[in-house]
Amino acid sequence: MSEVLTAPLVVEFPFTRSLGPVQSAFLTGLRERTVLGVRTGDGRVVVPPTEYDPVTAEELRELVEVGSAGTVTTWAWNPAPRRGQPLTTPFAWVLVRLDGADTALLHALDATGPDAVRTGMRVRVRWAAERTGAITDIACFVPDDGPAGEGLPAVHRGEFADPVTLLTAPARLDYTYAPGRAQSRYLQALAGHRTVGERCPSCRKVYVPPRGACPTCGVATDTQVEVGPRGTVTTFCIVNIKARHTANLDIEVPYVYAHIALDGADLALHARIGGIPYDRVRMGLRVEPVWTEGGRFPDHYRPTGEPDADYDSYKELV
Amino acid sequence: MREVAIVAFGQSVHVRDSAEISEVEMLMPVLHDVLAQTGLAARDIDFTCSGSSDYLAGRAFSFTMALDGVGAWPPVSESHVEMDGAWALYEAWVKILTGEADTALVYAYGKSSPGDLREVLTRQLDPYYVAPLWPDSVALAALQAQALIDAKLTDERELAGIAARSRADAESNPHAQLRGALPAGEPLVAPLRSGDCPPIGDGAAAVVLAAGDTARRLAARPAWIRGLDHRIEAHSLGVRDLTDSPSTRLAAQRAGAFEGPHGLKGRGGVPTVDTAELHAPFTSQEVVLRRALGLDAADGTVRINPSGGALAANPVMATGLIRLGEAAARIHRGASDRALAHATSGPCLQQNLVAVLEGE
Repeated sequence: MSEVLTAPLVVEFPFTRSLGPVQSAFLTGLRERTVLGVRTGDGRVVVPPTEYDPVTAEELRELVEVGSAGTVTTWAWNPAPRRGQPLTTPFAWVLVRLDGADTALLHALDATGPDAVRTGMRVRVRWAAERTGAITDIACFVPDDGPAGEGLPAVHRGEFADPVTLLTAPARLDYTYAPGRAQSRYLQALAGHRTVGERCPSCRKVYVPPRGACPTCGVATDTQVEVGPRGTVTTFCIVNIKARHTANLDIEVPYVYAHIALDGADLALHARIGGIPYDRVRMGLRVEPVWTEGGRFPDHYRPTGEPDADYDSYKELV
Repeated sequence: MREVAIVAFGQSVHVRDSAEISEVEMLMPVLHDVLAQTGLAARDIDFTCSGSSDYLAGRAFSFTMALDGVGAWPPVSESHVEMDGAWALYEAWVKILTGEADTALVYAYGKSSPGDLREVLTRQLDPYYVAPLWPDSVALAALQAQALIDAKLTDERELAGIAARSRADAESNPHAQLRGALPAGEPLVAPLRSGDCPPIGDGAAAVVLAAGDTARRLAARPAWIRGLDHRIEAHSLGVRDLTDSPSTRLAAQRAGAFEGPHGLKGRGGVPTVDTAELHAPFTSQEVVLRRALGLDAADGTVRINPSGGALAANPVMATGLIRLGEAAARIHRGASDRALAHATSGPCLQQNLVAVLEGE
């Protein structure tokens, strides 16, 4: 059993989203320390506001201003805040029904401990020092000694100078990627300058790179077969766009990217072709891998100088 | 209407971390298991449908790799839902009802180990008002648990009892990840303790569906799907009554859970089943589901989660399909005549699917 490989994998995606009239008014309002809700056909006030009635799906546009203080409807004590959460010290998650609202908003409550929190307690918004038009403009809620708000909700036109119309929501997730048995074996062999495919016990095809299963037969491919190192170009394309990834900045365009059937393999893998002018690459060209100093995989493939392979020898792999 | 049954069910041994194997390597033995149970080869299956989520592995189109384990030559009819496999089963059921297929293979898998599941699940939340706060899955369930406690619908003692019952039942489930007596644990996000929460783990499951006489030929005692329905509620938690699950109740009504078997009239509001496999990853969610389904009114005549449920093994995206599979397997082996199976998705039981399964 080979050692299982793992590697860190970070996925980051800063989604930019358009805001409709209701969400734009709400988030711009937060920037201006004003909390807006929306009134439904039956007179209920939804905070945070939605563009459509959660019950009837009727379109909603009538904005109202609600209080920045309210009542906790349920809570949960978070002893170990996690990355991205509103507070870095232990806090309570709360659903808060703001004065004048009929629904509750999710946020964090800054409290000294779970004994200081209860359902029904009064809380108020602590505004973030720098506000941009986001739910995080509410830094958190804090316990409130003041009286319940009166005279709310008040009709609000939802009009602000310089309204926020886009929301950029950055997200980052951290993973540990593990490629599994078949690909671990492949990558470990590759680091030793050997290319290992796996043979399907049913159809006898040799797959490279192997993924542990024969996609045709649906069975495990657990017999390793060394293939290559030489192979034949089965088809190719000429790339005219400069690679943007820093690892590929040194590659001049145009260059050739090819499918290469390694000797003994029944599946062509793909790689860059070097060591030959781009317009001289052809189907049937015999190639071999080129390794850079300390490289864990071939940098590219170059011509071996052998005569071209006969078309019949690789036509099934094109 | 065509009769459709679950004729085979298989699942992996669920583990905390399966780094040594890829998704397809984890899935293949399960697929081979259910095919062997029916004597079918992959080419005999009319329709294949799977459920999984790219967010678990952090890789786009990860389900296409898993498809290698099915064997796609000659070309197969295939579909995928970015949801729990219970919803893939729903799609396959509809496909068979329409007459477009006689047999279907449904599978689901989830490897939670590569990422931080509590963070990954925040990405399914409202991206405008909620996701930027990164409230993790345990925190949201804890808000629901506190709402139940405030409403005096449960207490920490009852929740601990649910955890203990589930993990004691899992003793006889060789696939479960957590078994036997476990401490209630420290508060993870109070009021939920670690014992109230599901294990994080990796696993896969598969079922084979078949219509009418094909099902009778493939299984000694098919688990007939008498009804299947799924419903969804508003995504905003602050709009919903977190102590109730009207979508579960409605789905159960539409699936016939309160009607008598074989056309007999049921007792009003009490499910007419002997087994209920509930997809309740948190102890507090079982309380919500039991109330929504009238299971407490059944006076203990319904066996709840004899498999140990999601508290014993929770391979995200497969856990719901496993509830359907476990309920069907009980019918297959004669331990149940009529079972309810439930699957959920989204925070705090936002979406719910209910099936009623019956033996002949």
